Amino acid sequence: MSAFSAGIGATSTSRRRRALALWRVARLRQGEGRRLALTVILGWATVISGVGLLTASGYLISRAAQRPLFITLMVTVTTVRAFGLSRAVFRYLERLASHDLALRVLARLRTGFYAALAPLGAAALEERRRGDLLARFVADVDSLQDLYLRALAPPLVALLVILTTAGAAAVMLPTAGLALAACLVVMALLVPALASAAAAGAGRRQAPARARLADELLEALEGSVELALAGRAQERADRIDQSSRRLIHLGLRDALVGAGATTLQALGGGVAVMAVLIVAIPAVHTGALSAVLLAAIVLLTLGALEGLAPLPLAARRLSASAQAASRLADISSLEPAVSDPPAPRLLPAGAALALSLEHVSVRFSDGTQALDDVSLTLEPGARVALTGPSGAGKTTLAELLVRFTDPQAGTVRLGGIDLRELALDEVRASVVLIAQDAHVFTTSVRENLLLARREASEAELWAALRAVALDEHVRSLPAGLDELVGEDGGLLSGGQRQRLTVARALVSDAPFIVLDEPTSQLDGPIAAELIGRVAHAAGDRGLLVITHRRAEVAAFDTVYELRNGRLTPATRAP
Amino acid sequence: MASGQPDGKPRVDRRLARETRAARPHFLIGALLGVASAALTVAQAVLLARVIAAVAMGHATLADERAALVALGAVLALRALVAGAFELSGRLAAARVLTELRRRLVQRLLVDRPGLEREERTGELVAAAVQGVDGLETYFAGYLPSLILALAVPVAVLAWVTPIDPLVALIFALTIPVLIAFMILIGVGAQSRTRARWQALTLLSSHFLDVVRGLETLRAHRRERAQVQIIDSVGERYRVETMGTLRLAFISSLVLELCAMLGTALAAATIGVQLTGGDLSLDAGLTVLFLAPELYGPLRAVGQQFHATADGLAAAGRLFSVLDQTDPVAAAGPLAGGAPSPAPLPPRHTPDPRDEPLRFERVRFTYPGSDRPALQEITLTLAPGEFVAVIGPSGAGKSTLAALALGLVHPDSGRVSCGGVDLCAVSPEAWRDRLAWVPQRTKLFADTLGANIALAVPRATAAEIRTAAVRAGLEELIASLPAGLQTRIGDGGRRLSAGEGQRVALARAFLTDASLVVLDEPTANLDPATAGVIGDGIERLAGERTVLLITHDARLAARAQRTVRLRDGAVLAPKPQTVVAV
Repeated sequence: MSAFSAGIGATSTSRRRRALALWRVARLRQGEGRRLALTVILGWATVISGVGLLTASGYLISRAAQRPLFITLMVTVTTVRAFGLSRAVFRYLERLASHDLALRVLARLRTGFYAALAPLGAAALEERRRGDLLARFVADVDSLQDLYLRALAPPLVALLVILTTAGAAAVMLPTAGLALAACLVVMALLVPALASAAAAGAGRRQAPARARLADELLEALEGSVELALAGRAQERADRIDQSSRRLIHLGLRDALVGAGATTLQALGGGVAVMAVLIVAIPAVHTGALSAVLLAAIVLLTLGALEGLAPLPLAARRLSASAQAASRLADISSLEPAVSDPPAPRLLPAGAALALSLEHVSVRFSDGTQALDDVSLTLEPGARVALTGPSGAGKTTLAELLVRFTDPQAGTVRLGGIDLRELALDEVRASVVLIAQDAHVFTTSVRENLLLARREASEAELWAALRAVALDEHVRSLPAGLDELVGEDGGLLSGGQRQRLTVARALVSDAPFIVLDEPTSQLDGPIAAELIGRVAHAAGDRGLLVITHRRAEVAAFDTVYELRNGRLTPATRAP
Repeated sequence: MASGQPDGKPRVDRRLARETRAARPHFLIGALLGVASAALTVAQAVLLARVIAAVAMGHATLADERAALVALGAVLALRALVAGAFELSGRLAAARVLTELRRRLVQRLLVDRPGLEREERTGELVAAAVQGVDGLETYFAGYLPSLILALAVPVAVLAWVTPIDPLVALIFALTIPVLIAFMILIGVGAQSRTRARWQALTLLSSHFLDVVRGLETLRAHRRERAQVQIIDSVGERYRVETMGTLRLAFISSLVLELCAMLGTALAAATIGVQLTGGDLSLDAGLTVLFLAPELYGPLRAVGQQFHATADGLAAAGRLFSVLDQTDPVAAAGPLAGGAPSPAPLPPRHTPDPRDEPLRFERVRFTYPGSDRPALQEITLTLAPGEFVAVIGPSGAGKSTLAALALGLVHPDSGRVSCGGVDLCAVSPEAWRDRLAWVPQRTKLFADTLGANIALAVPRATAAEIRTAAVRAGLEELIASLPAGLQTRIGDGGRRLSAGEGQRVALARAFLTDASLVVLDEPTANLDPATAGVIGDGIERLAGERTVLLITHDARLAARAQRTVRLRDGAVLAPKPQTVVAV
């Protein structure tokens, strides 16, 4: 958590932290160095071909003006054409090489950051904005793919271009080479600095304004009917318009700096041209520079400026990438809430074990008591229900049983062994939790079920679907088990989606099943029927159902009620 | 030239171009600056060529060329300033367009057709209205200005070159159409091949998002580690496929580039031949050569800018689907367009359900994009002061009934009327003044508890608010709060439980003098004890107002004077055997 608290006011350390985070991302992995070098060299060759085309053309025309036999110019004409051809070809190759690199880097970043996030679980992220944070995590990872392509390669290309063009100019006229090098270096440093300052300011000022606009808009949209009926919609829309204007107004200040950078870039180009002219014209008189090279050296200057053109954008990209990298570093530096013990114990084989909470207490992060001295035992084959009002800590109890979290006091035991002494995989192989908001993946029905147990047979999948009364629906689908369910199960109804996630519990062979609000999307009688079917299908496995509807668990062995963190045996429902 | 734009998505493109009306003066200034920039480009080439030719051929010195050099310096400086101003004018124009676009979007979502977007899509809509609109800046501040330059600069260059060197002008004139043709090809490619690449990237990205979103589920099933391998192999597979399409897709850009480069090379060679023949002066030849790259530059920039707008255009599609959707209320009602247009509305009084019955007559309604009617041939009457419960399984059309009563939607056929006046003919604002609404999950705004209760009556006194709160059963909550009614709730404030939220909604209804209260599943998320308390509150409300209660909770419905059963969008015969004609 410390990474989150760092950095208000400590700008120099946070800048160093960002740079460090960026460095970790940018450090080249196996094979990437070679590809980056290829990209840079091709980028350089592209610019230099353009410079060569112009310079050779300038020479060609100046020489032609002396009216030699045209045949003597054939070599130059051919050179001009060759540069024209090679520029196009190099550009094509450079684009292929850079995109290939970007895709490879993206794959590496995805696997790397995912592997860092996986042991943390979403629970490590602040609950209220979990969805946002996960989406931003994905967006940040995606945004880093262009790091080499758009942020790191252009400065390297620019450096090579400055060296080559200034060198070439120096061969024609040393002072001109010096003048060109000086102008190009100043431009290469100054303009991107200005552009990135503008971008950083934009990020700093606009991000909060943008977040505020989004919050206001979200609140208003969620309550749009309330506002309309209260006659307050127009007022709210006007207020949001004000926030929108404020955001755009902030952007304009940075647009001014950006326009300044553009002006400066063009001005720098102008200064370079003038400087080269002022140095070169007297040199033509003294004979230090051949008259036919004057046009060539001016065109060389104009061509070299092209190599600097992507720098402002690169600077902006670099600062955006550093921010993304540092956000990702914040997440991957979090400590997992739970981890494997150094020397996990093994569960006794073959025996029927019990799962139990012993005097367990848990506090929420905001200090309120989620569970207060709770004890509960789930025997194999038992049917236990947990009811209670929302927010009473029911979900926390479920998460303890699969060790998504650890209790602050008390112990959770499986077969008498503290869960903290068992490997996480062993705990979750023994207890399967179907959360209320269990995710349905954008794939087929089959893959969504096999998630619970890869080796489950076709017959077992159908049996599970039958148990949750989803078999008829799946059979009616054109592709049956292989039908795709849409993004987050969007092609299923809320109830079907929930049945599918419950079916996973039956596909798995875990001896204990924990269902957290498995029927929140279903109507009363249908919900009770589903619970009954699952209870029957669970056989000799222990089943714990969490629900706020007492009626649907009337037939269970034991019904507990959880209220304000305390567990009481509930009286039988009438 | 006009047809020579790389229209990747002509429809959205044209639709966006219409939005520029909001900033016409700004775009005009931008166009003038573009023309100035083109003129300065030509001036720079002419001056540069003159100085070089004078020095190289005429052996002029720095002092001889002082005037020309000063002029050149001035042109270079002016060109830099114009470049900055041109960029700024684009950003200013974009700012205006985006402000207006966002204002209209918000107006539509909140004022013109509230509640029509499905709840799960609000996050996506917010993203489209905030980041999506911001993303369009590249279109208005980058792509559109680049079109101005792509038109102005070649015209200026050709106009200057044609009299000096018609042969090179011909080369330019011939290569430009080829260039444009390939740009269109790339644009079309953006719709097929390059778009395929975007789709692959999006698919890849959504696979990753899917996995990250489902991380908890993967952990529950011990599959989180196996995904590392899968992400890796999916990424590799897409890389190989994408590179395959890119190799082809980039060929059109290769040809484009070749065309521009060989155009310059051909021009240089042609000038050289003319110079050796003595048909052209060095001065003129250099001018033309300097202009060659300037001619092709802006054209190529258009292509680059167009690619940069890809994300923005995708967002634009989403925005326009909201903005351009025919508005079910406005289309049927007299207040089309949202602007106050009192002319077609006769000064008719707004009927009051306190005195007159609310009737649904053979009402049929289908949601846009759905193939199944939500309601079919519903006939139902609410007498003044009556307390009617509508029950039925989910998906039976109960919530649609509520939306119709609230005037949020109008029936496709049949009519909803009060006192014989069709609701379509009543001003929605005036009608909603007579109503109160209690939804399944009450939205609490980030404000004080008192202000939340007084949402519809902002001028209510503290005493009135307190009375309403007490009648809704909030007395205990207020007593437990440190600042009582002044306590801040909602986002960033104290979080109320679902039951407390529903009581706030009841208090809102008590505070208004609404004559009709519509309740849509007010107890769906509550435990039985809390649901009972809310039920008591509803009964108190029903004592003085007409109440339409929509629920699937039989115990709550039993409190009503009359119960109507709904199934599959139709009214079922009431339990006693009489058949209701529909």
